[in-house]
Amino acid sequence: MSSARTFRVLPGFNLTLGYTLAYLSLIILVPLAAVFLKTASLSFEQFWAIVTAERVVASYKLSFGASLLAAAINAVFGLMLAWVLVRYSFPGKKLIDALVDLPFALPTAVAGIALTALYARNGWLGQYLEPLGIQVAFKPLGVLVALVFIGLPFVVRTVQPILEDLDTELEEAAASLGAQRWQIFRHVILPILLPALLTGFALAFARAVGEYGSVIFIAGNLPMVSEITPLMIITKLEQYDYTGATAIASVMLVFSFTLLLIINGLQAWTAKRTGRDR
Amino acid sequence: MHHNPIKFGGALRRSLAAIAFMSAAVAFAQTTILNVSYDVSRELYKDINPAFSAQWKAKGGEAVTVNQSHGGSSKQAMSVAAGLEADVITMNQSPDIDILVERGGLVAADWRKKFPYDATPYTTTSVFLVRKGNPKNIKDWDDLAKPGTQVIVPNPKTSGNGRYTYLAAWGYALDKTGSEAGARDFVQRLFANVPVLDGGGRGATTTFTQRDVGDVLVTFENEAILIAKELGGAKFDIVYPSLSIDAAAPVALVQKVTDKRKTTKVAEAYLAFLYSPEGQEIIASHNFRPRDANVLRKHAAKYPTIRTFTVEQKLGGWAAVQKTHFADGATYDQIILKR
Repeated sequence: MSSARTFRVLPGFNLTLGYTLAYLSLIILVPLAAVFLKTASLSFEQFWAIVTAERVVASYKLSFGASLLAAAINAVFGLMLAWVLVRYSFPGKKLIDALVDLPFALPTAVAGIALTALYARNGWLGQYLEPLGIQVAFKPLGVLVALVFIGLPFVVRTVQPILEDLDTELEEAAASLGAQRWQIFRHVILPILLPALLTGFALAFARAVGEYGSVIFIAGNLPMVSEITPLMIITKLEQYDYTGATAIASVMLVFSFTLLLIINGLQAWTAKRTGRDR
Repeated sequence: MHHNPIKFGGALRRSLAAIAFMSAAVAFAQTTILNVSYDVSRELYKDINPAFSAQWKAKGGEAVTVNQSHGGSSKQAMSVAAGLEADVITMNQSPDIDILVERGGLVAADWRKKFPYDATPYTTTSVFLVRKGNPKNIKDWDDLAKPGTQVIVPNPKTSGNGRYTYLAAWGYALDKTGSEAGARDFVQRLFANVPVLDGGGRGATTTFTQRDVGDVLVTFENEAILIAKELGGAKFDIVYPSLSIDAAAPVALVQKVTDKRKTTKVAEAYLAFLYSPEGQEIIASHNFRPRDANVLRKHAAKYPTIRTFTVEQKLGGWAAVQKTHFADGATYDQIILKR
């Protein structure tokens, strides 16, 4: 800002920036603005009463709690999966690699119905779990299972390319300097992977928060127990209450945006710390 | 051509005739009407539509194609309010048509007066479906509110089917206890027995029949008959309570659209067709209770007599019910939070 004009090597900065802003506005900002505008027709008291209703608050806890937990589970197991896919070769590897993307492609309602059939008391898994006192279908645990299912590809697909680029020489060097396996993972590999892992975590989380189709079949949808926030929005819409629905939606958006901002900040911080700052 | 002495070959003449016929067909095929409806009427209207087209043509009308659109009833009504050009709207509860009177006056305010039986060509009622042999001995609404009975009901907030179930239970308890407080207490105990609230009627059916959850499913009679039929009656029995609700399905012309599209006449005839003996017969074949006394008598074996009440008679109409029971924070919300 101090110099009058920064010299840029690449041409077309104004054009591309203009394009980026226009495109972002059209695809993302305008629809979001519509949500907030519709909400703005409420008085603050009305808005507050809607978004802090007992049942709605319970749904925030479930939606955000289960989404964070699901993203965390996916971060651990997605990393392991990516590791296996990159570092080892075994028969059927290509097939497994392709399987990872399936949750992307499957209509979420199909996923929900399949999971419910699996975990219901007469399902393949449910019939063994229920005698052990573990109920998955129609319980909050079912919500978690569905969210883990739909979020998995995000972590695997963000971590995988970084792992592929990772030089094994670094690990060999660490080993030759006497590092234990855990130390190599902790001090060499993890710092390099962390930014990508956080991105995958953030994506899986964001996807889980907004998920409706797969969760709705397995949740049971009992008030105060297993109602997710998107269901609260749908419920309002079913009663022709547009403004009530957008009020809850705007709270969700602000929550999600704040969390994503924090995760992105964390990612930038780790990137800087590990010297991969761009 | 008359003056031309050259005779056309037979083949040429035939093909010319075919072309003329086809272009006429194209011109006629311009008449399409759209019926926007709720979810489970899909199969019904799939049979009604071609029957109506044939009848309309036989009476000298143009070829008409009826398109159908199905989905959750409130969602469908909202689409019409937002500009989906429906010529007729066929729902399972009148609030979904009243909303189109309120929003933009798409439907005439007196739509109930336009067709017989308050513009409801057929009806159904809420009944119980229990597991074969009725192991929990469920006979009436009281048995549903007993501790230890699991009741499957679709979510009254998102499903017309669920709303009718809630109101049927309310009406029963109102008669029995004679007070609103008694009804409230009863319905609260009943909903305390609900382990899963599915979004719609079909979802509840799946939960009960495929997932093996619950002792009794409360759903529309047409759905119960369908389940019993599809599974050969080997796994489930239908139980009729001593009193239930009359769930009449309302239909209306979307006047603003038909005026614009100049389809008023054919759309009116389409709705009237639902009341004709032929239409009523198709309705009965889909397990809804027809209005036509003759058709109903013919299928009497399928429809045991059951005492029913209407929302208008007992509960002061849909507008009142919506406000006191289903609005946010109203009775249903209070009950379900205390379960």
